[in-house]
Amino acid sequence: MSLLQEHGPDAMVVAGGTDLFPNMKRRQFEPRVLVGLRGVRELGGIRGSAREGMTLGALATLTQVSLHPEILTHYPALARAADLVSTPQLRNMGTIGGNVCLDTRCNYYNQSYAWRKAIGFCMKKDGDICLVAPGSPRCVAVSSSDTAPVLWSLGARVRLVGPDGERVIPLPALYRDDGIQYLAKAPEEIVAEIALPPVDGLRATYWKLRRRGSFDFPVLGVAVALRREGEVCREARIVLGAVASQPREAVEAERLLAGERLTPELIDRVAEVAARPSKPLDNTDLVYYYRKRMTRVYVARALRELAGLPVGDWPTAMAGRNHANDEEAR
Amino acid sequence: MGPVETPPRRAEELAVIGKRLPKVDAWGKVIGETKYADDLILPRMAHARLLRARHPHARIKAIDTSRARALPGVLAVITGADFPPVKFGILPVSQDEEALSTEKVRYVGDAVAAVAAVDEETAERATELIEVEYEPLPPIMSIEEALAEGTVRIQEYGDGPNIHKLVSLEFGDVEEGFREADLIREDLFYFEGSNHLPMEQHAAVARWDPDGKLTLWSSTQTPHYVHRTLAKVLELPMSHVRVIATPVGGGFGGKSDPFSHELVVARLAQLTGRPVKCTLTREEVFYAHRGRHPVLMWVKTGVTRDGTIQAMHFRSILDGGAYGSYGVASTFYTGALQTVTYKVPRYKFEGCRVFTNKPPCGPKRGHGTPQPRYAIEVHLDKIAEALGLDPAEMRRRQVVEPFSKTANHLTITTCGLEECIDRVVEASGWREKHRRLPPGRGVGFAASSYITGAGLAIYWNEMPHTGVIVKIDRGGGVAAFCGSIDIGQGSDSVLASVVAEVLGILPEDIRVVTADTDLTPVDLGSYSSRVTLMMGNAAKEAAEKLRGLLLDAAAKKLEVSPAGLVARGRRVYLRDDPERGMSFAEAAQLAEAAYGTLAAAGSYRPPRRGGKFKGAGVGPTPAYSYTACVAEVAVDPETGEVRPLEIWIAHDGGRALNPLLVEGQVEGSVYMGLGEALMEEQIFRKGLHKIPSMLEYKSPTTLETPEIRTILVETNDPEGPFGAKEAGQVPLLPLIPAIANAVYDAVGVRVDEIPITPEKVLKGLDQKGKGQEPRVGPERFPRVSFPEPIRVESAFGQPADLSLKRE
Repeated sequence: MSLLQEHGPDAMVVAGGTDLFPNMKRRQFEPRVLVGLRGVRELGGIRGSAREGMTLGALATLTQVSLHPEILTHYPALARAADLVSTPQLRNMGTIGGNVCLDTRCNYYNQSYAWRKAIGFCMKKDGDICLVAPGSPRCVAVSSSDTAPVLWSLGARVRLVGPDGERVIPLPALYRDDGIQYLAKAPEEIVAEIALPPVDGLRATYWKLRRRGSFDFPVLGVAVALRREGEVCREARIVLGAVASQPREAVEAERLLAGERLTPELIDRVAEVAARPSKPLDNTDLVYYYRKRMTRVYVARALRELAGLPVGDWPTAMAGRNHANDEEAR
Repeated sequence: MGPVETPPRRAEELAVIGKRLPKVDAWGKVIGETKYADDLILPRMAHARLLRARHPHARIKAIDTSRARALPGVLAVITGADFPPVKFGILPVSQDEEALSTEKVRYVGDAVAAVAAVDEETAERATELIEVEYEPLPPIMSIEEALAEGTVRIQEYGDGPNIHKLVSLEFGDVEEGFREADLIREDLFYFEGSNHLPMEQHAAVARWDPDGKLTLWSSTQTPHYVHRTLAKVLELPMSHVRVIATPVGGGFGGKSDPFSHELVVARLAQLTGRPVKCTLTREEVFYAHRGRHPVLMWVKTGVTRDGTIQAMHFRSILDGGAYGSYGVASTFYTGALQTVTYKVPRYKFEGCRVFTNKPPCGPKRGHGTPQPRYAIEVHLDKIAEALGLDPAEMRRRQVVEPFSKTANHLTITTCGLEECIDRVVEASGWREKHRRLPPGRGVGFAASSYITGAGLAIYWNEMPHTGVIVKIDRGGGVAAFCGSIDIGQGSDSVLASVVAEVLGILPEDIRVVTADTDLTPVDLGSYSSRVTLMMGNAAKEAAEKLRGLLLDAAAKKLEVSPAGLVARGRRVYLRDDPERGMSFAEAAQLAEAAYGTLAAAGSYRPPRRGGKFKGAGVGPTPAYSYTACVAEVAVDPETGEVRPLEIWIAHDGGRALNPLLVEGQVEGSVYMGLGEALMEEQIFRKGLHKIPSMLEYKSPTTLETPEIRTILVETNDPEGPFGAKEAGQVPLLPLIPAIANAVYDAVGVRVDEIPITPEKVLKGLDQKGKGQEPRVGPERFPRVSFPEPIRVESAFGQPADLSLKRE
């Protein structure tokens, strides 16, 4: 803490390093001091149960999260999201805290220094305009975390530790819709742990759009969590990833579900409304209007999955090979 | 030493050839011991980085290197002024490249200056301190812009302001053919460019010896051409330049040109008196490029009611990027091989290559032919549908005649394509599946052919294309020397296998010494699928000379006729009495005693069988290889995603010298073809490569690769060593159109543009839903002032004249 305070903006924390080191190599990040978190034992471990709620230490690796028996059984959407991040090697190093704090991405920004210089630096690093939307007053880099939309949908809370003590905030309060200042926390505060509330009948799923079954960041993530009484939805959360600089909750669509039965007709209507807040831009893989259109398809498929309706023959490559790891773990 | 087989009774059977043997260099690669160029560390070695242009098109007004020179750790900073004013390029007709640009930069990534420093990071920092004053020029970024622009020129030569090459050839009267046709169809296609994406980035190390001689180690497919270029650009005698090609971690055509960084490390090593290394970053590999040309294509074919082709007219426009590279050859290749797969009695080809402000395109696996193959195989699929014919059967009926000539005077030797078609049709259940699978599922068919080595060298000469020296020592050890470079295709293994087969020993008994211009005879390089056939023939010749000496010496000792002896299983013995004989080593000692040091050379030059017209140099080869393919896909109607489910592919590569290696080439081709068919795109935005990284340039992983059912159809070609043809390129070609045709079978959408991305499929489905033509692809073919064609009589159907072999 004192190191972070002493060096201020010159310092960054490093856990798995899978986001930080590539960014340092391309000079998106130029810290003078790196504070390693690996040695802080209190930040590790996965504790608790589905009945009482669980606590994920920020240093828990994505592999640990994806294979944890209690998570696999009771929070399978989170296990799935963690399992769909990048590659096995990076999941072994990358942490849940790091994925929650993942730098926003943009294909004008995630480039070498020479490339960025050639095209003209953008406001996220070394420049002052947005190359995606030149009129934009703010950076529109994309929130690219797989786990954040799921944690949001599950009602997770985040414990932040800083020089002035600690505070616990709902996960949505961690984010801001700004590609540069995408985290609403002080730079010297660190994410210490993530708390999941008791499951209490909440069922969730996660669908990920990407080109390949490995490596790729999401260019659309759909997390849906439902709590039902019999056939009727009592509570619904639909959170979209990779469509803005922070995860975006489709509140209007959620309202349509409240007190209703999950019929195919309702699902179609909900999916249509849920896609409205999805405003992808031309700064990731796959064309933006396609990603917009897929929002509707993926929300519908996620809802159908939770409703026990057929989702087509399509646990597709793009949706990820969702259950491979689950089976392995069992 | 491994196990030695008991000599079988029939000694004529081959002992090594045709066996499934691991590669001779496999173990080093598996355990990570293979030393690639970037693994080389020499004492006092310095590291180089290149400063690359940040404008797609600009005049260089001034370069100030003073700040870079002042940076501690910097050993030398050079610009184009530090080289003689000599341009180079792989083809003699396109000498348009400079080691470092002096007057102009022509694409973002063009090399402008270079730094040698104590480490890579210092060198990198120093490049950023070099100040280049540019006068930006209007960039030309597409085929349309290149054709339209009349004043701004990228290069100062060519067949038009920004036209590098125009070609027009007609064989027979195509109009007559169209008059005889019952159906004439025209189609437009576009094929986006792609990079080779080798796992190993390009790297080179140069060392200048105290005697004034230069050694360059480089990851290159063409050490001989790099040798020539170094001598030319550095103005050195070739005898003072040694090029050693290090094991190549993937080339696919991308390491077949001489490159800026190779010349730069040579000059920097000279100036600093230290060895200098330069390894390109992945981003720089996308700039070095020489990848697949984007090609816009128009094809018109006239057929009779039964689908028989009467005439074909094909036009292509290639987006060449900023330099010539192999482009003239690429242009011809988009037209030359149309006639080699199916019977095309009359054929007209018009080709055009334009310059654009993008990294230069060049040869990528299939060099200039995957694009037209895609166009024609989809075009024929449409014709078959229009005529109500089975597309596989329609093609099978008009496979070229073995040992015949094509309209454009190419000579076909063996052709196993009919059997390839039969085998994939059978194995895939084609007849039960085509037009019969449920919605969203489909199968597609396509076939292809390719050359087994270009008939001509890059530069005009009368010398052999390859040479092999074999030497036998007193312990029976055998060394084989050849300038060939193993780029993963297994040429070292082929060399060892051929020599082992002839001498009756095993591949593991042989030390192969390759790709060193000081030690090995010239081989032109690992391109155009030439090595197995050409080097194999040379190796066979050299080894046979030595076997003759061994058998003679052994025959004297055994007091029998040499004709009654065989060399096999590390022994020389009587064919009719295998117990009577001696060890290979003993025979070698007797032969050395009798004839002196045991060394022999073999060499090979392909037959000159092409036509006599201008442009006849591209297309001829000793033998053509063939492949047929059926692909089965699933298409998600809501997302447009195409998922390959299974690939059946039958390949005629002549006799498979090592089926394991041939299957590896087939599977690798399928994998690479899938990437091109479905996702790979070298695309640009605001004058820059949009996605120059392995993360964002999408290429498939093993997870996207379906089951591949490889079938080897073995013809025994008279031109190849032990009957072998090629395997490295032709299997890629049919895969791409087979996927496109399968997508159509699955959802009724024609994507006439590669890659077939999900949004294109969805667009086609939307059009279908609205009752419009379900087709996505180019809408128009720009006007190009093609010259009057060179008219040549069609040689279609004439018998092959093999007497012209080895003139």
